[in-house]
Amino acid sequence: MTDVLAIDDLQSFYGDFQALHGASLTLKQGEVMALIGANGAGKSTLLKSICGLVSVRAGSVHWKGADLRGQSPNAIVRQGIAMVPEGRRLFPSLSVEENLIIGGQVARKGPWSLKAVYDLFPILAEKKAMPATSLSGGQQQMVSIGRALMSNPELILLDELSLGLAPIVIKDIYAQLPRITGTGMSAILVEQDVTRALSAAAKFICLQEGRVSLQGLPGAHSRDAISAAYFGT
Amino acid sequence: MDMINTVVQGVLVGGLYALFAAGLSLIFGVMRLVNIAHGDLIVLAAYVALVVVQMLGIHPLLALTLVVPLLAGFGYALQRIILNRTLGKDLLPPLLVTFGLSVILQNGLLEVFTADSRKLSAGALEVGSFKLGDAISVGYLPLLMFGTAVAVIAGLQFLFYRTALGRAFRATSDDAEIAQLMGLDKRHVFAMAMALCLGVVAIAGVFLAIRSNFDPFMGPARLIFGFEAVIIGGLGNLWGTLVGGVILGVAQGVGAEINPGWQVLAGHVAFILVLAVRPKGLFPRIDG
Repeated sequence: MTDVLAIDDLQSFYGDFQALHGASLTLKQGEVMALIGANGAGKSTLLKSICGLVSVRAGSVHWKGADLRGQSPNAIVRQGIAMVPEGRRLFPSLSVEENLIIGGQVARKGPWSLKAVYDLFPILAEKKAMPATSLSGGQQQMVSIGRALMSNPELILLDELSLGLAPIVIKDIYAQLPRITGTGMSAILVEQDVTRALSAAAKFICLQEGRVSLQGLPGAHSRDAISAAYFGT
Repeated sequence: MDMINTVVQGVLVGGLYALFAAGLSLIFGVMRLVNIAHGDLIVLAAYVALVVVQMLGIHPLLALTLVVPLLAGFGYALQRIILNRTLGKDLLPPLLVTFGLSVILQNGLLEVFTADSRKLSAGALEVGSFKLGDAISVGYLPLLMFGTAVAVIAGLQFLFYRTALGRAFRATSDDAEIAQLMGLDKRHVFAMAMALCLGVVAIAGVFLAIRSNFDPFMGPARLIFGFEAVIIGGLGNLWGTLVGGVILGVAQGVGAEINPGWQVLAGHVAFILVLAVRPKGLFPRIDG
C-alpha cells in the first residue's frame, strides 16, 4: 500500500525556538503509529505541524500527494486530518452535543455521525445536554475523540490520550481504538505510556530533542534500545 | 405620580442605551476587543441614514432596510482588513487602533458634513403618545425603541445559543486555536461578529438620529453610556445589558427631575454605585 502521509526533514519553530530538527516519517492508509519520546522531545510539535498549528520553516508534509505546508488548520481539517489535542481542549460554553456537532462542521462523508459516536461512547448520549467541561476527565476525553471523529477524518492525531486519567478509564478508551481505526483510518498516537502505545500500534517512532532517534516495529527492538532512544543515555 | 412618570420614561430610554451597548457586549464577548470607536460608529450610522433619507426621500425607519446591510458590510470589511490584524494576546493594539479609528471617523464626518447638528424627522411618530392613567404619558417612539431593544437582544440571544453561527462564535471565543481545527476560519467568524455588531449599531444610530440632534462629536459620550450599561449588567450577559441600560436611563431621568444639570451625572453616579457594590455587574456570566 502506498504512503498517505510523508514527512521529510521537518524543521518547526515556536518563534525563535526550534522544536523539530529534521524529523521524517511515513504512514500508510489504515496504519497506527505510536510516537514516543520524553517531555519536550517534539512529539506534540510534530502533530501540530501536520495540522497547521505550528509554523514549519523547512522540510515538507505531504498528505496524499499534496503539500500541507503553509495551509491553515481549517483548510487541513477539510482534507481529512483531525486532532484530539493534549488536555482535551473542549469548548466550555458548548454542551457535549454542541462540541460534537461543531466537530462535524466540515461535513465530510464517512461512517461517523452523532449516532455513531453515541454508539461508541453511550455515556455521552446520556450527558449530551450538559456543559462539556462539567464531565469527568475520561468522559471529556471521549467527547474530544468524538469531536475529532465527527469530521470523518482519514488520519486522526491523538495527543496524550491517557494524560491525567485513571488507569481503568485509560483501559476503556484504548479498548475502543480498534473500532476507530478499523474503519480504515490512519492514526498517530502520542503517548507517555510507552508500553501501552507500542501495544496499540503497528509501528513506532521515538523522538529525542526534535530528531528521530529510533523507529521500526514495536517487537523489533530491545527494551534497552528503546530506553536509550527515549532518554538519550 | 411625577416620579413614576420619570421612571417609566427612564426605562424606555434605557432601551436605546441597551441598543448602544449590545454590539459592544457582543464584540467583547466573542473576541475580547474593546472597541473605542463604537460610539463614533453609531454616529456614522446616523449620517449614513441621513444620506439615505435625503437621497431617497423615505422615512428614517424604512431607511433601516438599507442602513443595516450597509453598516454590516462595512463592519465585515473593517474586521477583515484592519481589526483582525490587531488581535492577539495583548489587549492594547486593538484599543489603540480603534481609538485612532474614532479620531478618523469624527474628523471625516466633520469634513464631509460640517459641525452643524442634524436630525432625522420621523413625522407623527416623534410626538405621538398615549396616556396610562392620569399622569403617565407613553410616547410611541420611546416605546418603539424599547420594544426594538428587547427584540434585538432576544434575537441575539437566539442566534448565540440556537444557531450554527452562534456556536461558532462561542467556540471561537472559548478557544480560537482549537476552533480552527473544527474547520472554522477565525478571521471570518470575527468578521461575522463585527457585521452583526454594526447591524445593531445601525439600528441604534437611526433611533439616535430620530430622537435627538446629532453632530460628528457625540460618539464618545454614546460609547460611555454603552460601556456603563454593559458593566452594570455584567459582561457577557445580553439581558443584563438591557437591565444596565434601563438602570442608566432611570438614573438619568431621576437626576434630571431633581435638577436638569444632573441628568448625565446621575447616570455616572448610578454606575459607580453598582460597581462599588457589585464589581462584576449585576448579572455576571457564570461559566466554567
